[in-house]
Amino acid sequence: MLCSGMQRRQLLDLYYLEARSKLLDLAAFLDRVERAPGEADFRWDAFHAALARMQASPGGRAAGVLDALSDPTTEPIPVATTKAACGAWPGNAVS
Amino acid sequence: MVSRTTDDYRAMVVAGCAAVCEPAFWAGFDRSSAAGFYDYFGQLTEHEPRRAAKFGLPHFCWLCINPKEAEDVQLAQEVIALIPQFLSRPNVLGIGEIGLNKNSRNELKVLELQVDLAARQDQLVLVHTPHLEDKLKGTRLILDVLRADGRIPPGRCLIDHVEEHTVKLVLDRGFWGGMTLYPESKCTAARAVDMIEQYGGERLWMNSACDWGVSVPLAVPYAAQELRRRGHDAGMIDRLIYGNPKRFLSQCAKFRLPEAAS
Repeated sequence: MLCSGMQRRQLLDLYYLEARSKLLDLAAFLDRVERAPGEADFRWDAFHAALARMQASPGGRAAGVLDALSDPTTEPIPVATTKAACGAWPGNAVS
Repeated sequence: MVSRTTDDYRAMVVAGCAAVCEPAFWAGFDRSSAAGFYDYFGQLTEHEPRRAAKFGLPHFCWLCINPKEAEDVQLAQEVIALIPQFLSRPNVLGIGEIGLNKNSRNELKVLELQVDLAARQDQLVLVHTPHLEDKLKGTRLILDVLRADGRIPPGRCLIDHVEEHTVKLVLDRGFWGGMTLYPESKCTAARAVDMIEQYGGERLWMNSACDWGVSVPLAVPYAAQELRRRGHDAGMIDRLIYGNPKRFLSQCAKFRLPEAAS
C-alpha cells in the first residue's frame, strides 16, 4: 500500500461532484436505452450484470465490474474474425 | 510517433518529458506485405528519431509484428525474420509490443515466435494485453506463454495496459506492469493512482496512449498532477513517472538520456 494519507472527506471533496455527474450520466443512459424499442442485446445484459457486481463487491468494485464484462473462457478462439473489442463478452447472450 | 504531429513532440518537451518510447503497433490498416513492415521499421529507427530530435526529445522504439496483424502466421514469420537486422540500431530497446488482441490460436503462435526471438536475442520485452472483454483471458494466456518459455526473466518484461482485474496477476509473477492512460474508454489517471496506492509503486509505471484513437500524449504529466492532487510528494511522483521507467529501460544498454534530462 502506498497511501497518500488523505482522509475520506478529502477524497469526497476531490471527486464527489465528478462522480455524481458520472452517476447521473449512467442513470440517463439506462433510461435512454430503456425508452428505445429494439431487440435484446448481450451488452445490455452484461451491463446489468456488471452493475450488480459493483453493488456486491465492496473494496473491489472496479475489478468486479471488469470481471463481469470479461470473457470467462480459458482456451484460445479458433480464429480472429475482427480486430475490435466491444466491451462485453458475446457469450453471455447464450449462457 | 508515426500517428502524431510534431506539435505533440514539442508539447511533450515543454511538459518535461525526458524521452519518448514508441512501440511497433498497428497502422490503422493491415499492411499487405512484409515489405511494408521493413519500411515501418525504418521509419521507427531512422525517421522518427530525427523528427523528435528537432525538439530535443530522445526517441526510442520497440520492434515486432503487432498482435492485430498476427492472424496471418506466414506474414508474421516473414516479418519476424526481418527484425534481427534492426535490433542493433541505436534507438531500439527490444521486442514489442507483442501479445494478443482477440486471443486466437494464430495470435498465440505468433506470440510464442516473438518470445523466442526476444529470448534468443537477449532483448527486453514489451507486451500488449488485449482490450476490454478480452483483457483478462488474454493476460492469463500471455503469462502462461512467458512462464512456459521460461527464458525471459520477469524483471525484463513489461506487461502493458494492466487494469484492476489484471494488475495483481502481473505483479505477483514478478513482471513490470504498465498502465496506459486514455481520456476515455480505458484507464484514467485517477484509476491508475488507485492501483499505485493499492499495489505499491515498485514495478508499476504509467504511459500515455498515443495511437490513432482518442488519446493524449501528455497523459503522464496530467497523471503527475493527479498524484499531486492526491497528496503524494514530489519525490514519490518523480520515482513513479520518471525513475521507474528509467530503471526498467536502463536494462537495455542503449537507453541513455542526455545529462540535462537525467
